[in-house]
Amino acid sequence: MSRFRVSGGGVLRAYTWLIIAWLALPVLVMILFGFNDTPGRYNQSWQGFTFKWYGRLFELNDLTKALWVSLGVAVVTMLVAGALGTAIGYALGRYRFRGSGTVNLVLFATMSSPELVMGASLLTLFVSTGVGLGVVTIAIAHIMFSISFVAVVVRARVLTLDRSVEEAAADLGANPWTTFWKITFPIILPAVFSGMMLAFALSIDDFVVTNFTAGTTTTFPLWIWGATRIGLPPQVNVMGTLIFAVGVLIAVVSSVRARPRRAA
Amino acid sequence: MSRGKRLLAPYFLILPGGVWLLLFFIVPMITMLSLSLQQGDVVSGYVFTGHWQTYVDAIVDYKTQLIRSLIYGAIATILLIVVAFPVAYWIAFYAGRRKATFLFLLLLPFFVSFVLRTISWRQILTDEGFLLGPLKDAGLLSAGFHILGTPAAVIGGLVYNFLPFMVLPVYVALERIDPRVVEAARDLYATPLTAFRKVILPLALPGVFAGVLMTFVPASSDYVNSAVLGSSSTTMIGQVIQAQYLTSSNYPTASALSFLLMAVLLIGVFAYARALGTEDVMKVAAR
Repeated sequence: MSRFRVSGGGVLRAYTWLIIAWLALPVLVMILFGFNDTPGRYNQSWQGFTFKWYGRLFELNDLTKALWVSLGVAVVTMLVAGALGTAIGYALGRYRFRGSGTVNLVLFATMSSPELVMGASLLTLFVSTGVGLGVVTIAIAHIMFSISFVAVVVRARVLTLDRSVEEAAADLGANPWTTFWKITFPIILPAVFSGMMLAFALSIDDFVVTNFTAGTTTTFPLWIWGATRIGLPPQVNVMGTLIFAVGVLIAVVSSVRARPRRAA
Repeated sequence: MSRGKRLLAPYFLILPGGVWLLLFFIVPMITMLSLSLQQGDVVSGYVFTGHWQTYVDAIVDYKTQLIRSLIYGAIATILLIVVAFPVAYWIAFYAGRRKATFLFLLLLPFFVSFVLRTISWRQILTDEGFLLGPLKDAGLLSAGFHILGTPAAVIGGLVYNFLPFMVLPVYVALERIDPRVVEAARDLYATPLTAFRKVILPLALPGVFAGVLMTFVPASSDYVNSAVLGSSSTTMIGQVIQAQYLTSSNYPTASALSFLLMAVLLIGVFAYARALGTEDVMKVAAR
């Protein structure tokens, strides 16, 4: 193994840690300034440590409302894109059919198109058809760009599925419907969950597409964007910290649970 | 299940999601192309006139921002390769059992909203902030020194925000390399450097290609970094399009600009794919 190593790993190791520190810096600053004992909205310089912003988290009504809008849209996106994307991913992974190439191409196109262009073109559609912008149009847009990600994750799982398990079920007299719900679905369920979590994460963090499809409705990222010029209140730091903590917690728990159990 | 039913099954499964993508991805693109060739205003409505002049005017008026966006996107992409490759390399070959832990540490910051992370950078880099302030007070930097508002700040923000999209594909490619192939090269008296150049690098290239595809398009069309970290001299095309749509409601020009941007990026991506061999890129892209 040592001959495999091109040079001492020490330099590269230090470099990797440096990059990790660089990536973490703005997050640490965000978390730190959520504990800043700043007198008003101006949260730029360190004034001392406090927990007070955690107690006053929901003091700014517009911000709280924006957070709820974001969460609501993310849940709806997760469920709808989860269902529609799973169906597409399953069809692509399981069946060979005419038109599957086109479906793959459309999925690839939605994942590689600039967000800006997707948002702009949706706005064009809504403006020219006279559809009012708001929570519904935000959700429509988020579901649109999330479907492909769910489909791709599910397709990958279905492709690696061991068909002999299903055949065994059929040999034991299970009809296709029973086989699907008792055998196939439980096997692909982890992929469906990861796809849905991805959809939730994409939705709750989306700024660009939302900016075009929101109208006067405000989501959490949009509220932050709007408040940038007058300075962000510490509540934003606290909410960012809490969302970060929950995200990390879910990721850690799901990776621990996904780890294959060792034989006792 | 009857044979006819089986044949139709995939179509039934694809139908709901397919209709959604048709209505809200494909139709809007066509609407946008059509609107870019219409004339009129928001109040009295638009009429299709096939007015190509909008495109000519848009290019003449905004070529600076368009070219600047492509240049920033290209520089950011090159820097991403340079920054990401050693990290992916070290994790793939040296991290051993802690590979997943290191990848997790790299992805950790991305649990924080994109906009919030970028604004946090602005707070760090601000002229009298806790990074530059003390350095200026100590006389290490001149009082007029600033980072915010410069191209460096914008490109730095792009590199920061898109780093995982380069590290992950490169890591996947490197991780797949069979150590025995490298050992064989060494047994045949290749120096470590030659083994890297002739064996590891060619095998890592598909990952780099995929990374370029995943970073160049979003970096060139980004407007958050240039708006938060830049100034009027770093305005990117995304900001122009956003302002044309949401501030001036100048829909034909905005549509023409979006279409131009997408066309330029698509041509770039396809030219790039052709130059490298389309199959490889499509294979990587399909993964």
